[in-house]
Amino acid sequence: MLGAVACLVLVLIAGMVIFVFAKAWPSFAHNGLAWFGSGGDVDLQFEDIYNSPANPDEYVYELRAWPLLWGTFLITAGAVAIGLTFALFAAIFIVEFAPAQVNRILEPVVRLLAAVPSVVYGLIGILVLVPFVADHLLSQERKESVNYVVQLDGSGLMVGILILTVMITPIMVAIVVDALRAVPRSWIEGASALGANRWRVMWTIAVRTARPAIVAAAVLATARALGEAIMLSMVAGSASFAPNPLDGLTFFFEPTRPLASALVENVEGLTVVPLGQTLYAFAAILLVTSMALSLGGWAAKQPMRKYGVRP
Amino acid sequence: MSAAATAIATSPRDSVENWPLLDRVGYYAAWTAGVALIVVAATIVIYLAIKGAQYFDLGMFTESPTADIDQSKSGGFKDPLLGTILLTVMATAIAAPIGVAIAVWLTEYGRPAWLARAVESGIEVVAGTPSIVLAIFGLLVFQQQALGFLSFEAEGNAVFGRSFIAAATMMSLIALPLVVGGTREALHAIPGHVREASYALGKTKAATIRRVLLPAARPGIGTGTALGMGRVAGDTAIVIVLLGATLQIQRGSDGLFGLFRGTGSTMTSYVFFNSPAGEGNAPEKAYLAAFVLLIVVMILNFAITRIARGRQVSWSR
Repeated sequence: MLGAVACLVLVLIAGMVIFVFAKAWPSFAHNGLAWFGSGGDVDLQFEDIYNSPANPDEYVYELRAWPLLWGTFLITAGAVAIGLTFALFAAIFIVEFAPAQVNRILEPVVRLLAAVPSVVYGLIGILVLVPFVADHLLSQERKESVNYVVQLDGSGLMVGILILTVMITPIMVAIVVDALRAVPRSWIEGASALGANRWRVMWTIAVRTARPAIVAAAVLATARALGEAIMLSMVAGSASFAPNPLDGLTFFFEPTRPLASALVENVEGLTVVPLGQTLYAFAAILLVTSMALSLGGWAAKQPMRKYGVRP
Repeated sequence: MSAAATAIATSPRDSVENWPLLDRVGYYAAWTAGVALIVVAATIVIYLAIKGAQYFDLGMFTESPTADIDQSKSGGFKDPLLGTILLTVMATAIAAPIGVAIAVWLTEYGRPAWLARAVESGIEVVAGTPSIVLAIFGLLVFQQQALGFLSFEAEGNAVFGRSFIAAATMMSLIALPLVVGGTREALHAIPGHVREASYALGKTKAATIRRVLLPAARPGIGTGTALGMGRVAGDTAIVIVLLGATLQIQRGSDGLFGLFRGTGSTMTSYVFFNSPAGEGNAPEKAYLAAFVLLIVVMILNFAITRIARGRQVSWSR
């Protein structure tokens, strides 16, 4: 009986994949591989899809989603890269160097940072960080230099990455801390006895042993970052623009819009059949990516089993 | 996270100043990272506390929100607050029993092994699925004609698909992996001889689970559930898509079931709609609502710490 309940999970996942893909199919079918390519303005394409004629034969599906995919990639990769470095050092600190009193504060702090609702992060971002960037970091010349392509108003890649980093770092810290604690004590004592100092012991023995967990932490945090919709739709600029690294420093101020945000912002258009199908195509991409990442993270954690860390 | 569990015993001569340069850099980087975490969290809490106190208004808690351009007339967040409570309770009520059942099956039965592994990774997949994807999948499900009784029916027999039940069902999937995780951890921590002692007294496996294992695992179940409640209370995407995000709670029909069929909003969607990104654009109200949300999350966190510290069953050998 309990097994039947457990199987519900598998049924649910299968149902999710089948339903979402069935609904998304027309959008992929009409565009082919060009769906993933670039070309045209995504916002205009959305408008055309939204305004397509009522006759099912004349539905418009034309979409080149590259700017959204590129934006998702940039923000996710940036946040995970910064967050992972940060989380690694923070985890070493918690496990080895922090005095007991500091750890008593740090433990609830990490849990709190992980639990703050994304909309609260978004609110702070849009009311504090975005105006700050617009007033102090963005010069008038910089705004004018790209005015003919895109408006810079402070919201964009940098603020998005910054807040997303704060959101996903605690998740990674928790996983890495667990793994570092699980490193067999005899190995650490052995290295100490051989004359390695405390940092060397952590860096060469503990961190190396915990490598699978670090990979898993990065992968799971990526899955979380990919799905962040609300916060990013508030602070990432909400323009379907593909930031160009060749723009130099301006690149960091350019607005973008990840897939998940595009989904949540157009959700009112779900009733329009072709737009709904396009949005389900976004969901399908997100679903497949996050599934692959979750399974990858789960697989990456398996080697840690032998040290007693249960994945 | 017990403090100093792995602290290395060092001689007094091994002070940081004598370390090689790179090691010292690493050491100070670790300190910086740890302190930065505390600073970020403190900044967020203090900033929101100041803003919350600045715009504090008891009326906000007792007035229903209305759509009005004049912010003095657009009301408070009574309905969203009730919506958050109702949705969290409903989602937890769905997630807790199912999550505990799955965890018990995984740890106590887990046969056939391939199925257990599949379920285990399936939980991981559910945990990693973005809530916005869960939301629009839920919309697809609850717009089915057969499930029309769970939400409004629009003209022309079209099913609206947005209601407290719909949102709570999808929200429960967010809480589920956390409940399963907490319960599993607690069940694993119970030594095998406790189970054997129960069998030796003639109890069946089912009775052992109900009378011995589940009571002992209660702190773990509590922690997982509280974590799940925090995540449910903090999610926005599902509320916007599946709860209708109507300003006031709208009943589908009379009675309690009518409330469950109805639509509403929560504190998260209230914050979103009152931020500059939303239609309301009343930052003062958004700040106060965000502060209230933060307090809810902090209370849940505090509860978790208490549950985890207290009532630790120690098994003697």
